[in-house]
Amino acid sequence: MSAGPASSSAAQAVPLLELRGIERRFGRPLDLAARIANRLGADIDAQVVHAVDSVDLALATGEVVGLAGESGCGKSTLARIAAGILEPGRGERLWQGRPVAAMPRAERIATELKVQMIFQDAFASLDPRMRVDDLVAEAPLAHRLIRRAEKDALVDTTLRQVGLDPSAKRRWPHQFSGGQRSRIGIARALAVRPELLVCDEAVAALDVSIQAQVLNLFMRLRDELGLTYLFISHDLGVIRHLADRVLIMYLGRIVESAPTAELFAAPNHPYTRALLAEVPTLAQRRRSYQPVRGEIPSPLAPPPGCHFHPRCPHAMPRCAVEAPALKAVAPGRQSACHLNDAT
Amino acid sequence: MSTPPPALPAIVEASPLRRFAAEFAASRVALGAAVLLAAILFAALFAPLLSPQDPYDLATLDIMDSKLEPGARGAAGARFLLGTDEQGRDLLSAILHGLRISLGVGVMATLVAMAFGTLTGLASAWFGGRFDALLMRIVDLQLSFPAILVALVLLAVLGQGVDKVVLALVIVQWAYYARTVRGSALAERNREYIEAARCLALPAWRIVLRHLLPNCLPPLIVIATVQVAHAIALEATLSFLGLGMPITSPSLGLLIANGYTQLLSGKYWISFFPGIALVLTIVAINLVGDQLRDVLNPRLSR
Ligand SMILES: Nc1ncnc2c1ncn2[C@@H]1O[C@H](COP(=O)(O)OP(=O)(O)OP(=O)(O)O)[C@@H](O)[C@H]1O
Ligand code: SF4
Ligand SMILES: [Mg+2]
Repeated sequence: MSAGPASSSAAQAVPLLELRGIERRFGRPLDLAARIANRLGADIDAQVVHAVDSVDLALATGEVVGLAGESGCGKSTLARIAAGILEPGRGERLWQGRPVAAMPRAERIATELKVQMIFQDAFASLDPRMRVDDLVAEAPLAHRLIRRAEKDALVDTTLRQVGLDPSAKRRWPHQFSGGQRSRIGIARALAVRPELLVCDEAVAALDVSIQAQVLNLFMRLRDELGLTYLFISHDLGVIRHLADRVLIMYLGRIVESAPTAELFAAPNHPYTRALLAEVPTLAQRRRSYQPVRGEIPSPLAPPPGCHFHPRCPHAMPRCAVEAPALKAVAPGRQSACHLNDAT
Repeated sequence: MSTPPPALPAIVEASPLRRFAAEFAASRVALGAAVLLAAILFAALFAPLLSPQDPYDLATLDIMDSKLEPGARGAAGARFLLGTDEQGRDLLSAILHGLRISLGVGVMATLVAMAFGTLTGLASAWFGGRFDALLMRIVDLQLSFPAILVALVLLAVLGQGVDKVVLALVIVQWAYYARTVRGSALAERNREYIEAARCLALPAWRIVLRHLLPNCLPPLIVIATVQVAHAIALEATLSFLGLGMPITSPSLGLLIANGYTQLLSGKYWISFFPGIALVLTIVAINLVGDQLRDVLNPRLSR
């Protein structure tokens, strides 16, 4: 893949989408037994998962940003916040420099349409009781982007755009193959003219040969429509192939951000290094993803200081106390590790 | 088994309705019940055309025909297939009209209860929180009383009348729908197609009515079928007890009540035939409902 228009010039400009200080917790309220125990003097805390913990993220126009990390580190939560499906507990979401939450209603809706999500399980993301043409045209009609008479034309062009035969548009989702369903999901997103696609493990459920086709489709659409991508995958091979820039996430925090080539050539953060040391091969791809030595700590009780310190081969006393900030370590590169302060 | 069947892409092509019909007809009993139910519905719908007599046009009644046995000929020479009642009314005609009234009330009450219960259930699942908690406590309270008791009390307070019977039936039935719909809606609202709809910034009412509701519908259809039978039985009970339908709209329950006093004197048919009609209707509906549940369920757990 050619390095996209995302270079120094684009990085200086106002980002297309920016997340600032995003935080999201999931509470599991105490059950009755725990509440009674507390009444009797026990001290049971409500369990809180810190799924996303003060994340800053900026996507430049036309950029393909890959997001990787172990299972449960908060990738999907971050993706859903970026796509506007999930409210962040704290933090701000800006579209071209303007806070989305503060926009007037009509503008906010128009903005939400600019950011579309592609789901991991395409089948589950399609309403089983709607035909393909209704799935694709529902939002454009509901938001009056098109008139009813234009429905067929829109459906036909959009389906062709994703490589589907428009003559199948009166069928139901269950009458298609996995790869075709993916394409239907992509067509539905394209029908509202998005500028940013958030793909959460968008090809993970597909056969390897179909994966390649859908990935190529994403890249073709990027060239044709100038799309920006936030591309989440636990498959570093896919990310290396696709992304201009890579973000590495660990237990709710982004620990490293770097241009793809540089990250794979010279990872800075010890966690990134550990991840790269075990890039899954084709055969391992579909196994559960846990390449780094040591247990993933429970997100219910993340270790203090640097979340990675129990597993880090370079851990110092400071690491258990003080959380490292995500700081520039080179032009265009950031990392959150105390080792970078030593020199 | 001589020639192997050709490879059938038709299985994929078959419309959902076709497949549904084929699966439904797989049970002979259910098919028989469906045919019977269709016949009953037809008879109820066209009762005025099918009846030999207009049973409520007093001018056509002859007191001389009172309490004739099934098959007997009346004074005017007409044959009464199922006999006559005290006032010389043709029982077959009375039953056809009674069926029409019973089914009408049952279906009407079920539709209103379903609409109301479904909307509250959807709202409960969608909004959650206190609203949900409050509604579900009301539902629990409602369902903890026997339906017949609630209906009796309501009718004792409201008085007689078709509208009051329908209202009472709606009040005792809406809670079933509310609870069922809330259950399926809670499961469905976390599915990704709802997230996808939210991502498309569709308004909440549209997501609830166009996406959530259709996917909660199959279990509802099953419940609704069975609830029509419940409603009919409940209405018959109320009418039999004299608290249900007014004399001007004699349902099957009222017909049974009318002949009840004659049972001991051997004039069994005045109560018996309306009773048979009632039982056949209820059994047919229940059998159809059971088969609907069996056919629709596997698809729910897709
Ligand atoms: N709706 C929710 N309610 C409670 N906890 C949640 C919810 N969604 C996510 N979590 C928790 O938040 C943490 C992050 O979840 P998330 O799905 O974002 O991880 P992920 O990186 O996408 O993982 P995976 O690679 O397995 O998809 C997990 O510990 C998860 O259990
Ligand atoms: S901050 Fe310390 S523990 Fe964390 S990655 Fe760096 S060296 Fe390892
Ligand atoms: Mg995920």
